[in-house]
Amino acid sequence: MNDMTPVTTTLKDWETDQEVRWCPGCGDYAILKAVQRTLPQLGSDPANTVFISGIGCSSRFPYYIESYGFHTIHGRAPAVATGVKLANPDLDVWLVTGDGDGLSIGGNHMLHVLRRNVNMQILLFNNEIYGLTKGQYSPTSREGTRSPSSPIGSVDHPAKPCAFALGAGARFVARGFDVSKNLPDVLIAAHQHQGAAFVEIFQNCVVYNKDVFEDFAAPKGAEDRQLWLADGEPMLFGSEKSGGVKGLAFDAEALAFRVVDVPDGDWRAAGVRVHDVRNRVMAHLLVELPFGPYPMPLGVLYDDPAPTFESAVVAERAAASEGKEASLAKLLAKGQTWTVGGVAD
Amino acid sequence: MATHAAPPPLQQTGSAPAATAQAAPDAVVVRFAGDSGDGMQLTGGQFTLSTALAGNDLATFPDFPAEIRAPQGTLFGVSAFQINFGSRQINTAGDAPDVLVAMNPAALKVNLPALKPGGLVIIDTGEFTRRNLDKAKYDGNPLDDDTLAKYQVLAFDISALTVEAVKPFGLGNKDALRCKNMWTLGLALWMFDRPREPLQEWLRQKFRGKPDIAAANIAALDAGHAYGETAELAGPLRQLHLPPVEAEPGLYRTVTGAEAVSLGLVAGAQLAGLPMFFGGYPITPASAILHHLARLKEFGVTTFQAEDEIAAICAALGASYAGSLGVTSSSGPGIALKTEAMGLAIMTELPLVIVNSQRGGPSTGLPTKTEQSDLYQAVYGRNGDAPLPVIAARSPSDAFDCAIEACRMAVEYMTPVILLTDGYIANAAEPWRVPDPATFTPFPARHLQEKNGRDAQGGETLHPYQRDAKGARPWIKPGTPGLMHRIGGIEKHELTGNIDYSPANHQAMTDARKRKIEDIAVPDQEVCRGGSSGALAVVGWGSTYGPIHQAVGRARARGLDVSHIHVRNIWPLPANLGDLLRGFDAVLVPEMNTGQFKTLLRDQYLVDAQSLTKTSGQPFQIAELEEAIGRFFDGVPGNEGGEVPPNAQQLPASESGHDDGDTPRDLRLHHGRDN
Repeated sequence: MNDMTPVTTTLKDWETDQEVRWCPGCGDYAILKAVQRTLPQLGSDPANTVFISGIGCSSRFPYYIESYGFHTIHGRAPAVATGVKLANPDLDVWLVTGDGDGLSIGGNHMLHVLRRNVNMQILLFNNEIYGLTKGQYSPTSREGTRSPSSPIGSVDHPAKPCAFALGAGARFVARGFDVSKNLPDVLIAAHQHQGAAFVEIFQNCVVYNKDVFEDFAAPKGAEDRQLWLADGEPMLFGSEKSGGVKGLAFDAEALAFRVVDVPDGDWRAAGVRVHDVRNRVMAHLLVELPFGPYPMPLGVLYDDPAPTFESAVVAERAAASEGKEASLAKLLAKGQTWTVGGVAD
Repeated sequence: MATHAAPPPLQQTGSAPAATAQAAPDAVVVRFAGDSGDGMQLTGGQFTLSTALAGNDLATFPDFPAEIRAPQGTLFGVSAFQINFGSRQINTAGDAPDVLVAMNPAALKVNLPALKPGGLVIIDTGEFTRRNLDKAKYDGNPLDDDTLAKYQVLAFDISALTVEAVKPFGLGNKDALRCKNMWTLGLALWMFDRPREPLQEWLRQKFRGKPDIAAANIAALDAGHAYGETAELAGPLRQLHLPPVEAEPGLYRTVTGAEAVSLGLVAGAQLAGLPMFFGGYPITPASAILHHLARLKEFGVTTFQAEDEIAAICAALGASYAGSLGVTSSSGPGIALKTEAMGLAIMTELPLVIVNSQRGGPSTGLPTKTEQSDLYQAVYGRNGDAPLPVIAARSPSDAFDCAIEACRMAVEYMTPVILLTDGYIANAAEPWRVPDPATFTPFPARHLQEKNGRDAQGGETLHPYQRDAKGARPWIKPGTPGLMHRIGGIEKHELTGNIDYSPANHQAMTDARKRKIEDIAVPDQEVCRGGSSGALAVVGWGSTYGPIHQAVGRARARGLDVSHIHVRNIWPLPANLGDLLRGFDAVLVPEMNTGQFKTLLRDQYLVDAQSLTKTSGQPFQIAELEEAIGRFFDGVPGNEGGEVPPNAQQLPASESGHDDGDTPRDLRLHHGRDN
């Protein structure tokens, strides 16, 4: 987020004249709409907004947003975006990437943009597959994924995007999914965070990895399988009609969360923990929760701002320049000099 | 060899005639050689400064191992610094040295073959212990046998003399011995009749917080100087005074290529009226540019040490996109990694300056040695038809002008530009007449402020790829109201910049990108020595300028009809170059590669250019080029061109690069991208 004067826009103002070329039914359409719906709520100014992407289906995103856009090369968007922010910290930068772009070929840059804490929103569309290259398994594909390049099943252990981000030093980690009605709220929180805000968005690739997130994203039974986190609120999921409200309690012995029943809505009695977005240890536990025995934690997992990279660079440059004259003539003549031919020194 | 207590007798060995009182030569080559821990580069650097202050012209060649702290006393741990200076114009670091200072047996072993017969070798006998002789693979002691017979020898215990000189300051033996290089420098200052005051002042500044260390170093410097005065009566040591060179009046300083590139980039950004963003990643021999620029923040310079070479160029490109002048710098291996991003800069038509301080390749190659073997990489080395301008600096001071020129081309033509220097230019120092910035021509960058096109209905619209007369598209900064647009690496419509894969559009855009670069205004090629037609043109580029210029001068003095042409604009080439080359019966292209520019010239002009190559990590020597020129005039057909073999007289010395296997590799400390 930047301290700019809010600008009044509508969703339409953020649509370009370009035909959207994702496959029919692709989750990217829903994410695009969610972003276009969010930007007016943020008071964003299209002239001051830059969408930067790498390569892949998700990285076509900038072409469809009526702002400044830079579709760069595979994996390198974080580096390009870092240069943009250092050159003009006032720009509001959104980085759009995917699981292959952001965690495979661009994993190194993702690590460093997060640890430096460059102020931008990083949307990583995770569909657990390489879509644009026709369906190979990706760094987030589950073990055993059958694909053109793994016909009898992949043997790689998948990367966990949010665990990676937290390990890299991210100060904001959140999760959502393409068709979730809560996605705009997650995006707003990411934008409000000063610093690198990492958002993993589960995205349904209907052609190569259809419904791979259906077990928690399907509307039916969602309340039992999704844990929407809210700062200062107990970590509850489930409902009376689906077999009871449950919550996450902390098992000090096991150093782990455990699922507990919450009878009569008395979560305190059940030992359910209150979510604290500034608690980094809690964030580490949340990003590691295996889905199945546990619900899928969604929303803002961690949000604890720290000074941004570009503000430190600007401050250091200002301090180093203080009282120094930027005279090119003096710079060129620096050091020990001598004169030839009686020219005055 | 026993070490002597001070004051030792001067020892003269060998049968070479002692130097007699004769007129001072117009140029002298001195080589300081020692263990990499002996401070030879610093000694050389300070001697260079004193030479410059004396008004002599000069050129230097620093040579040091890739290992940061190679095992002491070993052949591959030898560090050397050669300087050629004189009262005439100096273009090279000199061929064979007249004077060799050898601080230990390894330094002697490695460098002695280079010394001119009859030349003077100054030796620290205190280091000639059996242990050190073994490390240097001497069976006997060269001080006792006929190894040094051809030379004049001054052998005395510099170690002991230094310890004696710094005794009053109560340093430990190790610290005391660290002043040896200052003792040696003091002696060298005496030999060439130089004042000590600037050095004393420099030492006081350097050791501001440690006055006793400063005083000890000054005492060592003074003692070395005093030794020269007393020794003169007895031995082959003669004081030489080389009068100042005739030079254009003005203010001078010394400058290395790395400094000159940094200053030129700062000047270029100022002339464009832009803040500069420099993205870099540590790599030898390019890191010095990052180091220099990191200290110039008050000039609107932002330096960014990226996570890798790719991020360095991508961040620089991002900064250019946002309206700054993006610059990145590396050496061959790093440039290879930046290749894809250069393509993006070409596709998005954004300004970017890429400096390549070339080193020996391929792969890690020779990190600290020089070569010119990245020309193909610069001109051709990208996927797709991806043209960009390439400029090559010929010397440290020329690198300043070239850096400004690279900035100008990048901004005026909205293109990435490659500036080629090399390890030799980056590290070597030469006197530089400090230019007056008021004489520079500004080239203010313009960022588009309003829509520049008309749509089908005649309404105002934005055409991000609408070209100006130079073929350049407008530079549109994010943050500018009303000019939102999208760019990227995908082929784009020739006006709107929207994705467009259509056949006619790709043809038009490929043509436009090619034409833009080919049509860049490049000054006509001049002949820098000799006539504009004749029997032989020696065509060079980059750091071969010095030796070619001298060799052609000497050949012409012998009456040979030969000219020197030195090309700065490697791509696009000067428009008149083809006609110029066709005016010569023969064309010789000396290069420190296997013939890359020769191929380019043949391809562009169908001229029968002959290649003279040298790929030993050593620059050409004047004599080697003179000989190659001579072969065009010797009446023997078919012996022209070819390969110059490794030269034992030259730096890097032939022994110094050996990894003899004596020392386990894991005992060595490696650093950065050197290995």
